[in-house]
Amino acid sequence: MPIWVYIVASIIKSALVLFVLLTAVAYTVWLERKVVGHMQNRWGPTRVGPFGLLQPAADGIKFLFKEDLTPPHVYKPLYIAAPLIAVVFALTSIAVIPFGNSITLFGYAFPLQITDVNIGLLIILGVTSVGVYGVALAGWSSNNKYSLLGGLRASAQMVSYEIALGLSLVGVLILSGSFSLREIVNAQAGHFWGFIPRWNIFVQPVAFFCYLMAAYAETNRIPFDLPEAETELVAGYHTEYSAMKFAMFFMAEYANMITVACLATLIFLGGWHGPIFGPPILQALLPVFWFCVKIFAFLFLYIWVRGTLPRFRYDQLMAFGWKFLLPLAIANLIATAIAVVW
Amino acid sequence: MLSVHLILFLVFGAVAVAGAVNLLVQTHPINSALSLIAVMAALAGEYLLLGAEFVAAVQVIVYAGAIMVLFVFVIMLLNAGVEEHTKGSRVAILLGVPGMLAGTLLVAWVDLKYSGTQPVPVGALPGAPRTIGLLLFHEFLLPFEITSILILIAIMGAVVLASKPTAAGGPAKKVHD
Repeated sequence: MPIWVYIVASIIKSALVLFVLLTAVAYTVWLERKVVGHMQNRWGPTRVGPFGLLQPAADGIKFLFKEDLTPPHVYKPLYIAAPLIAVVFALTSIAVIPFGNSITLFGYAFPLQITDVNIGLLIILGVTSVGVYGVALAGWSSNNKYSLLGGLRASAQMVSYEIALGLSLVGVLILSGSFSLREIVNAQAGHFWGFIPRWNIFVQPVAFFCYLMAAYAETNRIPFDLPEAETELVAGYHTEYSAMKFAMFFMAEYANMITVACLATLIFLGGWHGPIFGPPILQALLPVFWFCVKIFAFLFLYIWVRGTLPRFRYDQLMAFGWKFLLPLAIANLIATAIAVVW
Repeated sequence: MLSVHLILFLVFGAVAVAGAVNLLVQTHPINSALSLIAVMAALAGEYLLLGAEFVAAVQVIVYAGAIMVLFVFVIMLLNAGVEEHTKGSRVAILLGVPGMLAGTLLVAWVDLKYSGTQPVPVGALPGAPRTIGLLLFHEFLLPFEITSILILIAIMGAVVLASKPTAAGGPAKKVHD
């Protein structure tokens, strides 16, 4: 493939993926408000557009035109940088996520992925672990006790649960023998006994449980949303933020949710594998469709949990992470290693 | 003709050096900590250029993502203020900066002149995760295990130092469940 085709294809792919991701972020917010509304016996957004479908656009316009307040007591450079750090690192990790096999256009094969690297999983872990600075610095630079407590809680929580998250993935890595997300997905093709798909969730259910719990804590979602517990901390680390800066934290949170859902789909739910049938055009589009369905199911689970469970106490959260989840992940890892060597 | 690799090497190197200088110049600890993160990230870029992608990823995950988070965490928790200057600090700057520059240049010159360093072509070093794993768990198993025991000792020491001694001299009891 000549270099200019590669560059043009990369730019088009990046723009397309970014557009889809930002739209997905906006409509995940809509979905959450709608689903949680129905769970609580209300309607959710209904006024703006049919079924409230234009609500994300209205929210976006509102955020853009709101007055951008900067309180006088903040440490300005970091106060401005923090939401940027949060949103940049939240959007970066999508670059290594594969959405399907390659498609052939004009005689060239284009993989459905912005960039295919052999350490894709490590890059996602690295980018998400650096993303914690956005939250931590927002809490500190706001110069407000509630923000600081929220920022401290967030960084302690994310560092603690990252270990369980990483260890839960190692079992899968031992089975597939690669850090490349594409190869991990390809290792899950086929079926057990002809009907159960060969997905890692059936081979590594304990690892999936650990990943799920750690993922809720990593993205600061209920039941682990202590960093922004309204009843104790006003709004946590983004108490002092308004307008688009606040929206950036919001976008970062939902983009992180989508990344975590993508990773769960790729590693435990077989990625884009699913029943393929019909004419060639349908066969080309079905893998991407299955991928999106799985992500949607995972996001729906997120929202369902939010509508169901209350919030933990902070010491419960830490005890759960260090005394239960971490030993469980290590035990699963040792059991997997022994089984593989056997 | 500059190759892309050389340009990237120079860019990452410049970022690393600028971050390190900024680390020393800044008076507020949190700015220094953030400069150190920039240095770590630039070093990860240099590792990537050498073809050591695993080391680069681990550099970001462990140093920038875990250790420096704890640094920043402690600075935030203690609310450490701006560095104080004493009378001696002006003298220290006047003598220390030229002295350190001269010392570094001398060491670098001696090293380049007598150690016979050869430039390494890109990708010549074993950097793939599989190679590093095999090296760690076959050839360098004993040093690896000794390091892990050292870290275990450090962890135990930290736990002992951090636990508040009770009146009887034993470890602190649990406050609540």
